Amino acid sequence: MSDAVAAKLLDYPRNAWYVAAWDHEIGRKAILARTVAGRPLALYRTEDGTPVALADACWHRLAPLSQGVLVGPEDIRCPYHGITYDSRGRCTSMPAQETINPSALVPSFPVVDRYRYVWVWVGDPTLADPALIPDMHQMSDADWTGDGLTIHAPCNYQLILDNLMDLTHEEFVHSSSIGQKELSESEFVTSHTDTTVTVERWMHDIEAPPFWLKNMRDKFPGFSGRVDRWQIIHFEAPSTICIDVGVAKAGTGAPEGDRSQGVNGYVMNTISPETDRTSHYFWSFQRNYRLESQLITTQLRQGVHGVFGEDEAMLAAQQAAIDANPDYEFYSLNIDAGGMWVRRLLERMLAAEGRDRVAGAATRLPSTSSPLPASTALPVAPLPVA
Amino acid sequence: MAVSRTEVWQFGTVTASRALTPEIRRIEIDVDDPAPVAPGAHVDVRIPIQGQSERRSYSIVDASPDGRRIALSVYTSPVSRGGAAVMNAHEPGDRIELTRPLNDFPLRPGARRYLLIAGGVGVTAILGMAARLRELGAAYELRYAGRSRQLMAYVDELSATHGDLLTLHVGDEGTSMSVPQLVDSLEPGTEVYVCGPIRLMDAIRRAWLERGLPIADLRMETFGNSGWFDAQEFTVRIPAIGLEARVLPNQSMLEALEAAGADMMWDCRKGECGLCEVRVLDLDGDIDHRDVFYSERQRNAREKMCCCVSRVVAPPGGSAIVTVVTS
Repeated sequence: MSDAVAAKLLDYPRNAWYVAAWDHEIGRKAILARTVAGRPLALYRTEDGTPVALADACWHRLAPLSQGVLVGPEDIRCPYHGITYDSRGRCTSMPAQETINPSALVPSFPVVDRYRYVWVWVGDPTLADPALIPDMHQMSDADWTGDGLTIHAPCNYQLILDNLMDLTHEEFVHSSSIGQKELSESEFVTSHTDTTVTVERWMHDIEAPPFWLKNMRDKFPGFSGRVDRWQIIHFEAPSTICIDVGVAKAGTGAPEGDRSQGVNGYVMNTISPETDRTSHYFWSFQRNYRLESQLITTQLRQGVHGVFGEDEAMLAAQQAAIDANPDYEFYSLNIDAGGMWVRRLLERMLAAEGRDRVAGAATRLPSTSSPLPASTALPVAPLPVA
Repeated sequence: MAVSRTEVWQFGTVTASRALTPEIRRIEIDVDDPAPVAPGAHVDVRIPIQGQSERRSYSIVDASPDGRRIALSVYTSPVSRGGAAVMNAHEPGDRIELTRPLNDFPLRPGARRYLLIAGGVGVTAILGMAARLRELGAAYELRYAGRSRQLMAYVDELSATHGDLLTLHVGDEGTSMSVPQLVDSLEPGTEVYVCGPIRLMDAIRRAWLERGLPIADLRMETFGNSGWFDAQEFTVRIPAIGLEARVLPNQSMLEALEAAGADMMWDCRKGECGLCEVRVLDLDGDIDHRDVFYSERQRNAREKMCCCVSRVVAPPGGSAIVTVVTS
């Protein structure tokens, strides 16, 4: 099923939870217009705070409901002819007539408030089990703190996943903050399950790069010396990557599990495909030390914002080069093992939905092949390269 | 819930056809371009009738998981406009042209409770919903009304699948449905899905509005081919263009006016949108409103009618004539 060449423009599964917005972005003062997995949405909350995601197109003439107004406890009114819908998308009034056309509704999509995000499911609503929301508990648990931002990235979502699944790019893209040559010199271990991929890398007895030296000094004032550094990348399908990162004083037992002499952060990333070539990339940097310091929270958010700005520039340039060279294909390296497993899992999700892996290609299987039931377990291919 | 009104035409091959009741036939089709079928979906079928290509809508009763094989059920009304006869004549191997599934009647998962109400052949739109609700483990109940048991399709299947959750209301067995009682018995938060003749839907809508229940909780699929009176022949006149036409029992007023050369505006042709509205100047007889576009007040005013579905019935001992203005 998996083609030999990695798709340059990977399509996105629809039967999945994606983050539509930060929880604070959705309220009653304004209606948020945002496209998730190709579906334009009008997002708001009812008076009791429940988030609502409706198709951003009125049933009548497709005017954008996001430009309308909220009326009553839960309704939204089309800005054009005043047709109103409830939070289920059902028409509640047609101003120009005494009855309501029984067909009148706009699709409404399952939404869940979790981990400081509002998650939406634009696929088959009967499959929208909140238990399938990726684990991002460090976003909201009391023993973690932090903050983040959103990048509106001008690239296919898979390019961002590639970026996060292989951190050797840090040496070259982020040389002034977190990059160092030991990243590409150290071993890494890749593993996967049906829905997750993990890439683990340890760098022993190294100099702490500037970002990590600062963090160590926040916890251990005046710290200097060598460190053991780790990056454990946890991908959960379709597009959430939580990276367990940190450094500890060299030789104090961090690789064996004792991180008490170090600092630990979690880089929380979840990517929501917008179109084939644009994505909303929600990130946050969470930490489990110095929880009381808003200063550190702000410094980390601004620091990571600067680092991720370097990624954003590279991703935009990469997408532009991909589009400018339609006759060239991708080659893969050993360092791509994590990213290639991510692609494999995504391609299986797409196949289970009866869809092609390449964005913009025919979205259904040819009529001669038999579509796979959603629950079919596919044979697991051997690890490409270890 | 995918609401699809985008028409994509394709062909399919009839694989089976059998009578379920004296009036209803089940037809199974293998479609060339399968797509998953959501509850409440229907297909439109192109039907050649007397050299004209006409279209009819049929609910998808059930389908294989991949949507390749779909089953329709065709009801032959005493005043069929000819579509049923064409459909009923199909034999395995015949090719027919139809749309991919369309859906104006989607089932929303997640309600606290559901009540599904089917009247007559309206059961075809409700069967798939009941099956899905059962799969989802939802709290639901199913009411199925008909004139007599031998005319009610799928009773055994429904009974086997839904057991006590199914209640039959059979006219000639004295178990007719009391709509006010049924609506009174609803627990708050119940979503009701109805497909059946216009009289059933009118009665439910009236009971619903009288009780001030949220209209968005009442979902209806219309067919536009049933009324309060049997269809009879009547005359329609449009003085502005000097036109007079006879509307036969097996013909809609809109069809008769089109056939007579009137330039008519319309969209849904099932009594929902109100675009085919004509203003009534004069009326011998009464209007049999078969639409869901007008309120009770508007119906009783007898000033306008949806000519795609509504008809005129004769006064005692007289002839039915309506004089109208078109748009």
